[in-house]
Amino acid sequence: MTASTTIDAAPAMPRFALGRAGTATALLLPIALINAIGFLLPVLNLLRMSFNEALAGGGIRETFILDNWTGLFGDSFYLELIMNSVSVSLGITFLTLVVSYPIALYLHRSSGRWRTFLTVLVISPLLTSAVVRTYGWIALLADQGPIVKTIAALGITPPRLMFNTTGVVIGLTEILMPYMILSLLAGFGRLDPRVEEAAMTLGAPPSKTFWRVILPLTLPGIALGCLLCFVLAVSSFITPKLLGGGRVFLLATEIYDQAIVTLNWPLAATLSILVLVIFGAALAVYARVLRVIE
Amino acid sequence: METNTTSLPMKILVAVLFLFLLGPVILVVPISFSGEQILSFPPASWSFRWYTALFNNTPMISAFWTSLLLGAIVTAISLAAAIPAAYVIVRMRTAGSGFLYNFFTAPLLLPTIVLGLAILIVFASMGFLGTFTGLVIGHLVITLPYALRVLATTLGNLPLACEEAASTLGGRPFTVFRRVTLPMMAPGIVAATALCFLVSFDEVVITLFLTGPRLSTLPVQLFHHVESRADPLVASVSVLLIFLTLAVVIIVDRTVGLSKTFVK
Repeated sequence: MTASTTIDAAPAMPRFALGRAGTATALLLPIALINAIGFLLPVLNLLRMSFNEALAGGGIRETFILDNWTGLFGDSFYLELIMNSVSVSLGITFLTLVVSYPIALYLHRSSGRWRTFLTVLVISPLLTSAVVRTYGWIALLADQGPIVKTIAALGITPPRLMFNTTGVVIGLTEILMPYMILSLLAGFGRLDPRVEEAAMTLGAPPSKTFWRVILPLTLPGIALGCLLCFVLAVSSFITPKLLGGGRVFLLATEIYDQAIVTLNWPLAATLSILVLVIFGAALAVYARVLRVIE
Repeated sequence: METNTTSLPMKILVAVLFLFLLGPVILVVPISFSGEQILSFPPASWSFRWYTALFNNTPMISAFWTSLLLGAIVTAISLAAAIPAAYVIVRMRTAGSGFLYNFFTAPLLLPTIVLGLAILIVFASMGFLGTFTGLVIGHLVITLPYALRVLATTLGNLPLACEEAASTLGGRPFTVFRRVTLPMMAPGIVAATALCFLVSFDEVVITLFLTGPRLSTLPVQLFHHVESRADPLVASVSVLLIFLTLAVVIIVDRTVGLSKTFVK
Protein backbone atom coordinates (compact mmCIF):
# COMPACT_ATOMS: atom_id res chain seq x y z
CA MET A 1 0.00 0.00 0.00
CA THR A 2 1.64 3.19 -1.11
CA ALA A 3 -1.09 5.39 0.33
CA SER A 4 -0.38 4.49 3.94
CA THR A 5 3.36 5.13 3.67
CA THR A 6 2.90 8.65 2.38
CA ILE A 7 0.62 9.78 5.21
CA ASP A 8 2.88 9.22 8.21
CA ALA A 9 1.00 11.57 10.51
CA ALA A 10 -2.19 9.49 10.46
CA PRO A 11 -1.42 5.78 10.35
CA ALA A 12 -3.92 3.89 8.23
CA MET A 13 -4.02 0.91 10.53
CA PRO A 14 -5.73 1.77 13.80
CA ARG A 15 -4.10 1.82 17.23
CA PHE A 16 -5.56 -0.54 19.82
CA ALA A 17 -6.07 0.11 23.53
CA LEU A 18 -4.57 -3.28 24.51
CA GLY A 19 -1.79 -3.03 21.96
CA ARG A 20 -1.86 -5.00 18.72
CA ALA A 21 -0.79 -8.37 20.09
CA GLY A 22 -3.05 -8.08 23.12
CA THR A 23 -6.09 -7.19 21.03
CA ALA A 24 -5.38 -9.96 18.53
CA THR A 25 -5.08 -12.52 21.33
CA ALA A 26 -8.30 -11.36 22.97
CA LEU A 27 -10.21 -11.53 19.69
CA LEU A 28 -8.90 -15.00 18.88
CA LEU A 29 -9.59 -16.37 22.35
CA PRO A 30 -13.17 -17.68 21.77
CA ILE A 31 -12.37 -19.60 18.57
CA ALA A 32 -9.09 -20.89 20.06
CA LEU A 33 -10.88 -22.12 23.18
CA ILE A 34 -13.58 -23.99 21.22
CA ASN A 35 -10.96 -25.44 18.90
CA ALA A 36 -8.84 -26.61 21.83
CA ILE A 37 -11.73 -28.36 23.63
CA GLY A 38 -13.54 -29.69 20.56
CA PHE A 39 -10.71 -30.45 18.14
CA LEU A 40 -7.09 -30.31 19.33
CA LEU A 41 -7.53 -32.13 22.62
CA PRO A 42 -9.83 -34.85 21.20
CA VAL A 43 -7.56 -35.57 18.22
CA LEU A 44 -4.37 -35.77 20.33
CA ASN A 45 -6.24 -37.92 22.82
CA LEU A 46 -7.40 -40.21 19.99
CA LEU A 47 -3.82 -40.76 18.90
CA ARG A 48 -2.85 -41.57 22.49
CA MET A 49 -5.89 -43.87 22.89
CA SER A 50 -4.71 -46.12 20.06
CA PHE A 51 -1.78 -47.19 22.29
CA ASN A 52 -3.93 -48.00 25.33
CA GLU A 53 -5.05 -51.47 26.31
CA ALA A 54 -8.71 -52.43 26.05
CA LEU A 55 -9.98 -54.50 28.96
CA ALA A 56 -13.01 -56.78 28.87
CA GLY A 57 -16.33 -54.97 29.38
CA GLY A 58 -15.26 -51.64 27.97
CA GLY A 59 -12.48 -50.82 30.46
CA ILE A 60 -9.32 -49.08 29.35
CA ARG A 61 -5.85 -49.38 30.89
CA GLU A 62 -3.55 -46.42 30.42
CA THR A 63 -0.37 -47.87 29.03
CA PHE A 64 1.77 -47.69 25.93
CA ILE A 65 1.49 -50.83 23.83
CA LEU A 66 1.45 -51.53 20.13
CA ASP A 67 -1.01 -54.43 20.50
CA ASN A 68 -3.88 -52.60 18.78
CA TRP A 69 -1.73 -51.96 15.75
CA THR A 70 -0.10 -55.40 15.54
CA GLY A 71 -3.49 -57.02 16.26
CA LEU A 72 -5.02 -55.13 13.35
CA PHE A 73 -2.54 -56.50 10.84
CA GLY A 74 -2.40 -59.98 12.38
CA ASP A 75 -6.15 -60.54 12.31
CA SER A 76 -7.53 -61.79 9.00
CA PHE A 77 -10.92 -60.16 9.73
CA TYR A 78 -9.37 -56.72 9.96
CA LEU A 79 -7.01 -57.25 7.05
CA GLU A 80 -10.01 -58.19 4.94
CA LEU A 81 -11.98 -55.22 6.32
CA ILE A 82 -9.21 -52.81 5.31
CA MET A 83 -8.76 -54.36 1.86
CA ASN A 84 -12.53 -54.42 1.39
CA SER A 85 -12.93 -50.76 2.38
CA VAL A 86 -10.18 -49.62 0.04
CA SER A 87 -11.32 -51.72 -2.93
CA VAL A 88 -15.03 -50.86 -2.52
CA SER A 89 -14.11 -47.17 -2.25
CA LEU A 90 -11.95 -47.39 -5.36
CA GLY A 91 -14.82 -49.07 -7.23
CA ILE A 92 -17.28 -46.39 -6.06
CA THR A 93 -14.82 -43.66 -7.12
CA PHE A 94 -14.51 -45.14 -10.61
CA LEU A 95 -18.29 -45.55 -11.01
CA THR A 96 -18.90 -42.02 -9.74
CA LEU A 97 -16.43 -40.72 -12.32
CA VAL A 98 -18.14 -42.62 -15.14
CA VAL A 99 -21.65 -41.36 -14.29
CA SER A 100 -20.52 -37.81 -13.44
CA TYR A 101 -18.29 -37.12 -16.43
CA PRO A 102 -21.06 -36.76 -19.07
CA ILE A 103 -23.01 -34.38 -16.80
CA ALA A 104 -19.91 -32.28 -16.12
CA LEU A 105 -19.02 -32.15 -19.81
CA TYR A 106 -22.59 -31.15 -20.72
CA LEU A 107 -22.60 -28.47 -18.00
CA HIS A 108 -19.25 -27.15 -19.20
CA ARG A 109 -20.67 -26.74 -22.71
CA SER A 110 -23.92 -25.13 -21.55
CA SER A 111 -24.28 -21.43 -20.95
CA GLY A 112 -26.59 -18.82 -19.51
CA ARG A 113 -29.71 -19.60 -17.49
CA TRP A 114 -29.80 -23.25 -18.55
CA ARG A 115 -26.33 -23.75 -17.04
CA THR A 116 -27.32 -21.96 -13.81
CA PHE A 117 -30.43 -24.11 -13.53
CA LEU A 118 -28.49 -27.36 -14.09
CA THR A 119 -25.80 -26.28 -11.60
CA VAL A 120 -28.51 -25.72 -8.97
CA LEU A 121 -29.83 -29.23 -9.73
CA VAL A 122 -26.34 -30.65 -9.16
CA ILE A 123 -25.81 -28.76 -5.89
CA SER A 124 -29.31 -29.31 -4.46
CA PRO A 125 -28.71 -32.94 -3.34
CA LEU A 126 -25.80 -31.63 -1.25
CA LEU A 127 -28.28 -29.60 0.78
CA THR A 128 -30.34 -32.72 1.44
CA SER A 129 -29.41 -34.92 4.38
CA ALA A 130 -27.53 -38.16 3.57
CA VAL A 131 -30.12 -39.98 5.70
CA VAL A 132 -32.92 -38.74 3.42
CA ARG A 133 -31.09 -39.68 0.22
CA THR A 134 -30.19 -43.12 1.58
CA TYR A 135 -33.85 -43.57 2.56
CA GLY A 136 -34.82 -42.84 -1.06
CA TRP A 137 -32.46 -45.61 -2.16
CA ILE A 138 -33.93 -48.03 0.37
CA ALA A 139 -37.36 -47.43 -1.23
CA LEU A 140 -35.91 -48.00 -4.72
CA LEU A 141 -33.71 -51.01 -3.97
CA ALA A 142 -35.96 -52.90 -1.54
CA ASP A 143 -36.81 -56.54 -2.23
CA GLN A 144 -40.35 -55.53 -3.27
CA GLY A 145 -39.15 -52.25 -4.74
CA PRO A 146 -39.68 -50.97 -8.30
CA ILE A 147 -36.24 -52.00 -9.62
CA VAL A 148 -36.42 -55.58 -8.38
CA LYS A 149 -40.02 -55.87 -9.66
CA THR A 150 -39.03 -54.54 -13.10
CA ILE A 151 -36.15 -57.01 -13.37
CA ALA A 152 -38.44 -59.85 -12.29
CA ALA A 153 -41.06 -58.79 -14.87
CA LEU A 154 -38.42 -59.22 -17.57
CA GLY A 155 -38.17 -62.86 -16.55
CA ILE A 156 -34.75 -62.61 -14.91
CA THR A 157 -34.16 -63.75 -11.33
CA PRO A 158 -33.57 -60.41 -9.63
CA PRO A 159 -30.38 -60.01 -7.61
CA ARG A 160 -30.56 -58.71 -4.05
CA LEU A 161 -29.85 -55.01 -4.25
CA MET A 162 -30.00 -54.07 -0.58
CA PHE A 163 -28.27 -55.05 2.66
CA ASN A 164 -25.20 -56.01 0.66
CA THR A 165 -22.23 -54.37 -1.02
CA THR A 166 -24.21 -53.76 -4.25
CA GLY A 167 -26.64 -51.49 -2.43
CA VAL A 168 -23.85 -49.59 -0.69
CA VAL A 169 -22.04 -49.07 -4.00
CA ILE A 170 -25.18 -47.81 -5.80
CA GLY A 171 -26.18 -45.48 -2.96
CA LEU A 172 -22.73 -44.02 -2.36
CA THR A 173 -22.09 -43.51 -6.08
CA GLU A 174 -25.17 -41.31 -6.31
CA ILE A 175 -24.43 -39.51 -3.04
CA LEU A 176 -20.88 -38.62 -4.14
CA MET A 177 -21.87 -37.48 -7.66
CA PRO A 178 -22.26 -33.75 -6.83
CA TYR A 179 -18.71 -33.64 -5.39
CA MET A 180 -17.32 -35.34 -8.49
CA ILE A 181 -19.26 -33.11 -10.92
CA LEU A 182 -18.14 -29.91 -9.16
CA SER A 183 -14.50 -31.08 -9.03
CA LEU A 184 -14.57 -32.03 -12.71
CA LEU A 185 -16.07 -28.65 -13.64
CA ALA A 186 -13.37 -26.86 -11.64
CA GLY A 187 -10.73 -28.72 -13.66
CA PHE A 188 -12.41 -28.25 -17.05
CA GLY A 189 -11.12 -24.69 -17.40
CA ARG A 190 -8.48 -25.69 -19.95
CA LEU A 191 -11.04 -27.38 -22.19
CA ASP A 192 -11.63 -24.85 -24.96
CA PRO A 193 -14.40 -25.77 -27.44
CA ARG A 194 -12.17 -24.43 -30.24
CA VAL A 195 -9.63 -27.19 -29.55
CA GLU A 196 -12.34 -29.82 -30.04
CA GLU A 197 -13.54 -28.09 -33.18
CA ALA A 198 -9.98 -28.04 -34.49
CA ALA A 199 -9.62 -31.78 -33.93
CA MET A 200 -12.95 -32.46 -35.64
CA THR A 201 -12.17 -30.13 -38.55
CA LEU A 202 -8.88 -31.92 -39.07
CA GLY A 203 -10.87 -35.11 -39.54
CA ALA A 204 -10.72 -36.83 -36.16
CA PRO A 205 -13.81 -38.98 -35.49
CA PRO A 206 -15.75 -38.11 -32.28
CA SER A 207 -14.35 -41.08 -30.33
CA LYS A 208 -10.79 -40.17 -31.24
CA THR A 209 -11.42 -36.52 -30.36
CA PHE A 210 -12.62 -37.67 -26.96
CA TRP A 211 -9.74 -40.05 -26.14
CA ARG A 212 -6.94 -37.96 -27.62
CA VAL A 213 -8.07 -34.38 -26.97
CA ILE A 214 -10.89 -34.00 -24.43
CA LEU A 215 -9.85 -36.66 -21.90
CA PRO A 216 -6.17 -35.63 -21.59
CA LEU A 217 -7.17 -31.98 -21.13
CA THR A 218 -9.58 -32.88 -18.32
CA LEU A 219 -7.21 -35.16 -16.39
CA PRO A 220 -6.48 -32.61 -13.61
CA GLY A 221 -10.21 -32.36 -12.87
CA ILE A 222 -10.53 -36.16 -12.93
CA ALA A 223 -7.65 -36.52 -10.46
CA LEU A 224 -9.15 -33.97 -8.09
CA GLY A 225 -12.63 -35.52 -8.24
CA CYS A 226 -11.27 -39.03 -7.70
CA LEU A 227 -9.21 -37.94 -4.67
CA LEU A 228 -12.21 -36.24 -3.11
CA CYS A 229 -14.64 -39.12 -3.78
CA PHE A 230 -12.22 -41.80 -2.59
CA VAL A 231 -11.56 -39.96 0.65
CA LEU A 232 -15.30 -39.40 1.21
CA ALA A 233 -16.15 -43.02 0.34
CA VAL A 234 -13.55 -44.53 2.71
CA SER A 235 -14.86 -42.46 5.61
CA SER A 236 -18.59 -42.51 4.83
CA PHE A 237 -20.78 -43.97 7.51
CA ILE A 238 -24.50 -43.23 7.10
CA THR A 239 -25.03 -44.90 3.72
CA PRO A 240 -22.98 -48.09 4.38
CA LYS A 241 -24.67 -48.46 7.75
CA LEU A 242 -28.24 -48.07 6.45
CA LEU A 243 -27.94 -49.69 3.01
CA GLY A 244 -25.54 -52.36 4.28
CA GLY A 245 -27.97 -53.30 7.02
CA GLY A 246 -25.13 -54.40 9.33
CA ARG A 247 -23.97 -56.98 6.80
CA VAL A 248 -21.40 -54.87 5.00
CA PHE A 249 -18.22 -54.34 7.02
CA LEU A 250 -16.30 -51.22 6.16
CA LEU A 251 -13.86 -49.10 8.17
CA ALA A 252 -16.33 -46.38 9.18
CA THR A 253 -19.08 -48.77 10.26
CA GLU A 254 -16.53 -50.80 12.24
CA ILE A 255 -15.26 -47.66 14.02
CA TYR A 256 -18.82 -46.87 15.06
CA ASP A 257 -19.58 -50.44 16.20
CA GLN A 258 -16.35 -50.69 18.20
CA ALA A 259 -17.01 -47.29 19.81
CA ILE A 260 -20.72 -47.64 20.58
CA VAL A 261 -21.54 -51.36 20.67
CA THR A 262 -18.37 -53.21 21.71
CA LEU A 263 -17.00 -50.21 23.67
CA ASN A 264 -13.45 -51.01 22.56
CA TRP A 265 -12.24 -47.43 22.29
CA PRO A 266 -8.55 -48.23 21.80
CA LEU A 267 -9.41 -50.35 18.74
CA ALA A 268 -11.86 -47.74 17.41
CA ALA A 269 -9.13 -45.10 17.84
CA THR A 270 -6.61 -47.29 16.01
CA LEU A 271 -9.04 -47.77 13.10
CA SER A 272 -9.65 -44.00 12.99
CA ILE A 273 -5.94 -43.24 12.78
CA LEU A 274 -5.75 -45.87 10.03
CA VAL A 275 -8.42 -43.94 8.08
CA LEU A 276 -6.25 -40.83 8.40
CA VAL A 277 -3.22 -42.81 7.19
CA ILE A 278 -5.24 -43.92 4.13
CA PHE A 279 -6.16 -40.25 3.57
CA GLY A 280 -2.48 -39.37 3.63
CA ALA A 281 -1.65 -42.15 1.18
CA ALA A 282 -4.44 -40.99 -1.19
CA LEU A 283 -3.09 -37.44 -1.05
CA ALA A 284 0.43 -38.67 -1.84
CA VAL A 285 -0.88 -40.63 -4.84
CA TYR A 286 -2.81 -37.55 -5.98
CA ALA A 287 0.29 -35.33 -5.76
CA ARG A 288 2.23 -37.89 -7.78
CA VAL A 289 -0.46 -38.25 -10.43
CA LEU A 290 -0.69 -34.48 -10.74
CA ARG A 291 3.06 -34.22 -11.32
CA VAL A 292 2.87 -36.85 -14.07
CA ILE A 293 -0.04 -35.03 -15.79
CA GLU A 294 1.60 -31.59 -15.73
CA MET B 1 -25.84 -17.71 -26.77
CA GLU B 2 -26.38 -21.31 -27.71
CA THR B 3 -23.07 -23.05 -28.33
CA ASN B 4 -24.23 -26.44 -27.17
CA THR B 5 -23.86 -28.78 -30.11
CA THR B 6 -24.34 -31.94 -28.10
CA SER B 7 -25.66 -34.93 -30.02
CA LEU B 8 -29.01 -36.50 -29.17
CA PRO B 9 -27.66 -39.75 -27.62
CA MET B 10 -25.43 -37.65 -25.35
CA LYS B 11 -28.44 -35.53 -24.31
CA ILE B 12 -30.44 -38.68 -23.47
CA LEU B 13 -27.50 -40.07 -21.48
CA VAL B 14 -27.19 -36.82 -19.50
CA ALA B 15 -30.95 -36.83 -18.81
CA VAL B 16 -30.79 -40.44 -17.53
CA LEU B 17 -27.80 -39.60 -15.30
CA PHE B 18 -29.61 -36.55 -13.89
CA LEU B 19 -32.56 -38.84 -13.11
CA PHE B 20 -30.15 -41.16 -11.25
CA LEU B 21 -28.75 -38.21 -9.31
CA LEU B 22 -32.07 -36.64 -8.35
CA GLY B 23 -34.33 -39.74 -8.25
CA PRO B 24 -33.90 -40.68 -4.59
CA VAL B 25 -34.63 -37.12 -3.39
CA ILE B 26 -37.64 -36.63 -5.68
CA LEU B 27 -38.98 -40.06 -4.72
CA VAL B 28 -39.60 -39.11 -1.07
CA VAL B 29 -42.33 -36.64 -2.12
CA PRO B 30 -44.80 -39.24 -3.48
CA ILE B 31 -43.83 -41.72 -0.74
CA SER B 32 -44.80 -39.18 1.94
CA PHE B 33 -48.41 -39.32 0.66
CA SER B 34 -48.50 -43.11 0.88
CA GLY B 35 -51.49 -44.75 2.49
CA GLU B 36 -49.56 -47.97 3.17
CA GLN B 37 -48.36 -49.32 6.49
CA ILE B 38 -44.87 -50.09 5.17
CA LEU B 39 -42.43 -48.38 2.83
CA SER B 40 -43.25 -49.19 -0.79
CA PHE B 41 -42.95 -47.50 -4.15
CA PRO B 42 -45.19 -46.77 -5.92
CA PRO B 43 -47.66 -46.80 -3.00
CA ALA B 44 -50.89 -48.77 -3.61
CA SER B 45 -53.00 -46.07 -1.94
CA TRP B 46 -52.63 -42.39 -1.05
CA SER B 47 -53.31 -40.46 2.15
CA PHE B 48 -52.06 -37.83 4.58
CA ARG B 49 -51.77 -40.39 7.38
CA TRP B 50 -47.96 -40.11 7.63
CA TYR B 51 -48.16 -36.35 8.09
CA THR B 52 -50.69 -36.93 10.87
CA ALA B 53 -48.43 -39.65 12.29
CA LEU B 54 -45.51 -37.23 12.20
CA PHE B 55 -47.28 -34.55 14.23
CA ASN B 56 -48.31 -37.20 16.78
CA ASN B 57 -44.79 -38.59 17.02
CA THR B 58 -43.54 -36.88 20.19
CA PRO B 59 -39.86 -37.98 19.97
CA MET B 60 -39.66 -36.73 16.37
CA ILE B 61 -41.27 -33.36 17.17
CA SER B 62 -39.12 -32.84 20.25
CA ALA B 63 -36.00 -33.76 18.22
CA PHE B 64 -37.06 -31.13 15.67
CA TRP B 65 -37.23 -28.40 18.33
CA THR B 66 -33.88 -29.52 19.74
CA SER B 67 -32.33 -29.26 16.26
CA LEU B 68 -33.85 -25.84 15.67
CA LEU B 69 -32.66 -24.45 19.02
CA LEU B 70 -29.26 -26.09 18.61
CA GLY B 71 -28.88 -24.66 15.11
CA ALA B 72 -29.78 -21.16 16.29
CA ILE B 73 -27.40 -21.20 19.28
CA VAL B 74 -24.55 -22.79 17.29
CA THR B 75 -25.00 -20.21 14.51
CA ALA B 76 -24.98 -17.28 16.97
CA ILE B 77 -21.81 -18.50 18.74
CA SER B 78 -20.14 -19.32 15.41
CA LEU B 79 -20.64 -15.74 14.19
CA ALA B 80 -19.60 -14.25 17.53
CA ALA B 81 -16.35 -16.23 17.50
CA ALA B 82 -15.58 -16.19 13.77
CA ILE B 83 -16.11 -12.46 13.03
CA PRO B 84 -13.35 -11.30 15.43
CA ALA B 85 -11.12 -14.17 14.27
CA ALA B 86 -11.61 -13.25 10.62
CA TYR B 87 -10.84 -9.61 11.47
CA VAL B 88 -7.56 -10.53 13.18
CA ILE B 89 -6.49 -12.95 10.45
CA VAL B 90 -7.36 -10.74 7.46
CA ARG B 91 -7.04 -7.16 8.76
CA MET B 92 -4.46 -7.23 11.54
CA ARG B 93 -2.12 -9.63 9.75
CA THR B 94 -0.27 -10.69 12.86
CA ALA B 95 2.60 -13.13 12.60
CA GLY B 96 1.30 -16.52 11.54
CA SER B 97 -2.04 -15.38 10.08
CA GLY B 98 -1.82 -18.11 7.47
CA PHE B 99 -1.07 -20.74 10.07
CA LEU B 100 -3.98 -19.60 12.26
CA TYR B 101 -6.39 -19.74 9.31
CA ASN B 102 -5.27 -23.26 8.40
CA PHE B 103 -5.38 -24.38 12.02
CA PHE B 104 -8.90 -23.06 12.64
CA THR B 105 -10.26 -24.58 9.40
CA ALA B 106 -8.43 -27.91 9.95
CA PRO B 107 -11.47 -29.73 11.47
CA LEU B 108 -13.00 -29.79 7.96
CA LEU B 109 -10.13 -31.99 6.76
CA LEU B 110 -11.01 -34.77 9.19
CA PRO B 111 -13.82 -37.21 8.40
CA THR B 112 -16.76 -36.75 10.75
CA ILE B 113 -16.59 -40.40 11.86
CA VAL B 114 -13.06 -39.80 13.22
CA LEU B 115 -13.95 -36.40 14.67
CA GLY B 116 -17.08 -37.85 16.28
CA LEU B 117 -15.15 -40.65 17.97
CA ALA B 118 -12.40 -38.28 19.13
CA ILE B 119 -14.96 -35.92 20.67
CA LEU B 120 -16.89 -38.82 22.22
CA ILE B 121 -13.85 -40.10 24.10
CA VAL B 122 -12.90 -36.69 25.51
CA PHE B 123 -16.47 -35.63 26.28
CA ALA B 124 -17.14 -38.90 28.12
CA SER B 125 -14.57 -37.94 30.75
CA MET B 126 -15.86 -34.35 30.90
CA GLY B 127 -19.46 -35.46 31.44
CA PHE B 128 -20.64 -33.73 28.24
CA LEU B 129 -22.23 -36.82 26.65
CA GLY B 130 -25.97 -36.59 26.13
CA THR B 131 -25.96 -32.92 27.17
CA PHE B 132 -26.98 -29.88 25.18
CA THR B 133 -23.63 -28.21 25.96
CA GLY B 134 -21.84 -31.20 24.45
CA LEU B 135 -23.92 -30.95 21.27
CA VAL B 136 -23.25 -27.20 20.99
CA ILE B 137 -19.46 -27.65 21.26
CA GLY B 138 -19.49 -30.67 18.93
CA HIS B 139 -21.37 -28.71 16.26
CA LEU B 140 -19.21 -25.60 16.71
CA VAL B 141 -16.14 -27.66 15.78
CA ILE B 142 -17.49 -27.99 12.22
CA THR B 143 -19.55 -24.80 11.83
CA LEU B 144 -16.72 -22.46 12.93
CA PRO B 145 -14.41 -23.43 10.03
CA TYR B 146 -17.21 -22.75 7.51
CA ALA B 147 -18.04 -19.41 9.16
CA LEU B 148 -14.38 -18.39 9.27
CA ARG B 149 -13.82 -19.37 5.66
CA VAL B 150 -16.81 -17.39 4.34
CA LEU B 151 -16.14 -14.34 6.55
CA ALA B 152 -12.40 -14.23 5.84
CA THR B 153 -13.10 -14.40 2.09
CA THR B 154 -15.68 -11.59 2.38
CA LEU B 155 -13.35 -9.42 4.44
CA GLY B 156 -10.42 -10.09 2.13
CA ASN B 157 -12.43 -8.89 -0.87
CA LEU B 158 -13.49 -5.62 0.79
CA PRO B 159 -11.46 -2.54 -0.21
CA LEU B 160 -9.42 -1.11 2.66
CA ALA B 161 -10.07 2.48 1.56
CA CYS B 162 -13.27 3.08 3.58
CA GLU B 163 -11.80 1.75 6.80
CA GLU B 164 -8.60 3.74 6.24
CA ALA B 165 -10.60 6.90 5.63
CA ALA B 166 -12.67 6.41 8.78
CA SER B 167 -9.54 5.72 10.79
CA THR B 168 -7.72 8.75 9.37
CA LEU B 169 -10.69 10.93 10.27
CA GLY B 170 -10.18 9.92 13.87
CA GLY B 171 -12.52 6.93 14.30
CA ARG B 172 -11.49 4.62 17.12
CA PRO B 173 -10.78 1.02 16.03
CA PHE B 174 -13.97 -0.41 17.49
CA THR B 175 -16.09 2.42 16.07
CA VAL B 176 -14.54 1.95 12.63
CA PHE B 177 -15.22 -1.76 12.84
CA ARG B 178 -18.81 -1.35 14.02
CA ARG B 179 -19.80 1.51 11.71
CA VAL B 180 -17.79 0.72 8.57
CA THR B 181 -16.38 -2.83 8.43
CA LEU B 182 -19.34 -4.72 9.87
CA PRO B 183 -22.01 -3.20 7.56
CA MET B 184 -19.81 -3.87 4.54
CA MET B 185 -19.48 -7.51 5.63
CA ALA B 186 -23.27 -7.99 5.72
CA PRO B 187 -23.55 -10.32 2.66
CA GLY B 188 -20.82 -12.57 4.06
CA ILE B 189 -22.51 -12.60 7.46
CA VAL B 190 -25.85 -13.65 5.92
CA ALA B 191 -24.10 -16.42 3.95
CA ALA B 192 -22.21 -17.61 7.05
CA THR B 193 -25.45 -17.62 9.06
CA ALA B 194 -27.27 -19.75 6.50
CA LEU B 195 -24.33 -22.12 6.08
CA CYS B 196 -23.76 -22.60 9.83
CA PHE B 197 -27.44 -23.21 10.45
CA LEU B 198 -27.77 -25.75 7.61
CA VAL B 199 -24.55 -27.56 8.61
CA SER B 200 -25.68 -27.80 12.24
CA PHE B 201 -29.26 -28.72 11.36
CA ASP B 202 -28.10 -31.51 8.99
CA GLU B 203 -25.18 -32.84 11.06
CA VAL B 204 -25.64 -36.50 11.88
CA VAL B 205 -22.39 -38.47 12.34
CA ILE B 206 -20.74 -36.41 15.12
CA THR B 207 -24.13 -35.91 16.75
CA LEU B 208 -24.74 -39.67 16.71
CA PHE B 209 -21.77 -40.08 19.06
CA LEU B 210 -22.92 -37.31 21.41
CA THR B 211 -26.69 -37.77 21.80
CA GLY B 212 -28.15 -39.73 24.67
CA PRO B 213 -31.41 -41.58 25.25
CA ARG B 214 -33.16 -38.39 26.40
CA LEU B 215 -31.60 -35.92 23.98
CA SER B 216 -31.70 -36.38 20.23
CA THR B 217 -31.60 -34.19 17.13
CA LEU B 218 -33.86 -34.62 14.12
CA PRO B 219 -31.25 -36.20 11.76
CA VAL B 220 -30.19 -38.66 14.48
CA GLN B 221 -33.82 -39.52 15.21
CA LEU B 222 -34.36 -40.08 11.47
CA PHE B 223 -31.25 -42.25 11.27
CA HIS B 224 -32.41 -44.48 14.11
CA HIS B 225 -35.88 -44.66 12.57
CA VAL B 226 -34.56 -45.77 9.17
CA GLU B 227 -32.24 -48.23 10.91
CA SER B 228 -35.05 -49.97 12.75
CA ARG B 229 -38.22 -49.55 10.63
CA ALA B 230 -39.14 -49.20 6.98
CA ASP B 231 -42.25 -47.02 6.92
CA PRO B 232 -43.18 -43.79 5.07
CA LEU B 233 -42.82 -41.59 8.20
CA VAL B 234 -39.28 -40.56 7.25
CA ALA B 235 -40.59 -39.42 3.85
CA SER B 236 -43.01 -36.92 5.40
CA VAL B 237 -40.22 -35.55 7.63
CA SER B 238 -37.93 -35.36 4.59
CA VAL B 239 -40.43 -33.34 2.58
CA LEU B 240 -40.73 -30.82 5.43
CA LEU B 241 -36.91 -30.71 5.71
CA ILE B 242 -36.55 -30.07 1.98
CA PHE B 243 -38.98 -27.16 2.29
CA LEU B 244 -37.08 -25.78 5.30
CA THR B 245 -33.79 -25.88 3.34
CA LEU B 246 -35.51 -24.26 0.38
CA ALA B 247 -36.83 -21.51 2.67
CA VAL B 248 -33.32 -20.78 4.00
CA VAL B 249 -31.90 -20.70 0.46
CA ILE B 250 -34.69 -18.38 -0.74
CA ILE B 251 -34.21 -16.04 2.24
CA VAL B 252 -30.50 -15.80 1.41
CA ASP B 253 -31.34 -15.23 -2.25
CA ARG B 254 -33.84 -12.45 -1.46
CA THR B 255 -31.59 -10.65 1.05
CA VAL B 256 -28.19 -10.73 -0.64
CA GLY B 257 -28.53 -12.78 -3.81
CA LEU B 258 -27.51 -16.40 -4.05
CA SER B 259 -24.93 -15.97 -6.79
CA LYS B 260 -23.17 -13.22 -4.80
CA THR B 261 -23.07 -15.46 -1.75
CA PHE B 262 -22.13 -18.94 -2.85
CA VAL B 263 -20.53 -18.47 -6.24
CA LYS B 264 -17.08 -16.99 -5.93
